[in-house]
Amino acid sequence: MLHLVLFLVFAAICVAGAVNLLVQKHPISSALSLVVVMASLAVEYLLLGAEFVAAVQVIVYAGAVMVLFVFVIMLLNAGEEETTKGSRVALVLGVPGALAGGLLVAWVLIRHSGDTALSLGALPGYPKTIGWLLFHEFLLPFEVTSILVLIAILGAVFLAAKPETPPAPTGRKG
Amino acid sequence: MVPISYYLILSGILFACGVIGFLIKRNIITIFMSIELMLNGVNLSFVAFAAQWGHLSGQIFVFFVMVVAAAETAVGLAIIIAVFRTRETLNVDQVNLLKL
Amino acid sequence: MSSLQVFILASVIKIVLVIFILLTAVAYTVWLERKVVGHMQNRWGPSRVGPFGLLQPLADGIKFLVKEDLTPPHVYKPLFIAAPMIAVICALTSISVIPFGTAIVVRGYTIPLQITDLNVGLLVILGITSVGVYGVALAGWSSNSKYSLLGGLRASAQMVSYEICLGLSLVGVLIVSGSFSLREIVESQSGHFWGFIPKWNIFYGCQFVAFFIYLMAAYAETNRIPFDLPEAETELVAGYHTEYSAMKFAMFFMAEYANMITVACLATLLFLGGWSGPVFGPPLLQVILPTFWFVAKIFVFLFIYIWVRGTLPRFRYDQLMAFGWKFLFPLAIANLVITALVVAYRS
Repeated sequence: MLHLVLFLVFAAICVAGAVNLLVQKHPISSALSLVVVMASLAVEYLLLGAEFVAAVQVIVYAGAVMVLFVFVIMLLNAGEEETTKGSRVALVLGVPGALAGGLLVAWVLIRHSGDTALSLGALPGYPKTIGWLLFHEFLLPFEVTSILVLIAILGAVFLAAKPETPPAPTGRKG
Repeated sequence: MVPISYYLILSGILFACGVIGFLIKRNIITIFMSIELMLNGVNLSFVAFAAQWGHLSGQIFVFFVMVVAAAETAVGLAIIIAVFRTRETLNVDQVNLLKL
Repeated sequence: MSSLQVFILASVIKIVLVIFILLTAVAYTVWLERKVVGHMQNRWGPSRVGPFGLLQPLADGIKFLVKEDLTPPHVYKPLFIAAPMIAVICALTSISVIPFGTAIVVRGYTIPLQITDLNVGLLVILGITSVGVYGVALAGWSSNSKYSLLGGLRASAQMVSYEICLGLSLVGVLIVSGSFSLREIVESQSGHFWGFIPKWNIFYGCQFVAFFIYLMAAYAETNRIPFDLPEAETELVAGYHTEYSAMKFAMFFMAEYANMITVACLATLLFLGGWSGPVFGPPLLQVILPTFWFVAKIFVFLFIYIWVRGTLPRFRYDQLMAFGWKFLFPLAIANLVITALVVAYRS
């Protein structure tokens, strides 16, 4: 019962954040609603028992990746977005159509998922078990992702560096 | 006791919001954030399935998705900064010619 | 009373007590700093308001409350008001996983002296520190002024860079203790070796290099000298809190000192054995003495913080970033590798 209530509360916050991201005009408000989505997702992970994943979600996603987004928005001084006039027909047909499609998918999922219900803290998400798996079964993907991160760092530093200005010509003849 | 379909529906809603944001927004940074929203929705369904089948590899995969998302964010934002320097605009509708 | 009711009652009392003590500690850390820096500069600190200036924090509090809270017209209002709140909330929340002593036994119920003992307590503190960067960045941006924006960007870049070194220095401690839970890390440091030297992580766990890295990273995280360029008065007017007045400025101030206290608590727990110290005497003393040793060690840390503030000049921004990335980061990784080798060899 408590599980269901907590799930619904944080799912509502998640969906509200996601819709707010779509509706807001200023990118900084969208970025902050995305942070709210990520934080409530971390709580959802906690409800499933994946405590390490929840902590890493807050540290990496909400605390580093989104800070990077906020930085870039502040640096580039991104203003409010200019909207192009969308087509009326698309709005009238599209929104109810998307809702109908979504409801159909939801109904199919609920009908066919059977009796499987997840209890509070179902996963043994201890750091120890995850660490064991990461370094034994998943060692190769782990090492490969570390090389991926290195390549990303190199790429980001190279791409974002200011273009080198050619040295000013000196007045003297060599 | 929450049925797994609730988690999947939430994951689907987040993914759908990400797709809608990707299609209708015009600011490149907001488009990028919609991609992150999609990745988050997928992460939730990974963890939900890991809890259902008791298989921990779902959680491990979430780590890899997070690492890939972080790397992609870094490089993507660097590209956006580089494009902004030359084009002076963040609106994707105005970056439609190869020539400046 | 059922154990659930006891748990809820004990938690509420603990939360109220800890917040009250933390806010008083923040106020008196400001007093301590002004006194100590004053004496280092061969002058009295605050000495008029009350004996030894002990009522100065009270006077400062009243000043902050009655001062006019000015909101300049050109700011982005929602974030201008939210940013100090984010900073203070993150600073006050990270104290919730810190254990202050051993458990006390009241009428058969064992109540640990910690608001909550999480399996991933250390990661929670790192996560809350990461989220605290938003307070600074958004304050700088929403103030819509060039000093604030520059100060905010510099401060957040600095905090994000040094968070990496902070986390890496803690991984050495984790390898030695084998758990993320703060209570278990402290309990693994009990006992002595070679007769009289306590088994603290800085001695037996050979984490003195990690301790040094942690100290440097902590000074940079809390924006204190020698890393306080983002709020240097002579460089950037006041950095990211230029446009803030009265209560909102007081919130930033409180957040900074509360972060200092949290960092000092973490350093004692992880490197100096937490509440371990000679325990003797009647049962009442046996409960109070561990907490007393804990507070004494925190006090030593805060004194070192203030001592460094009164002594060193500040780094230039490029020197600061070079120090973090080119010196501390490789050193932290080297410490990690060597610790892992030592632990693998010992077991």
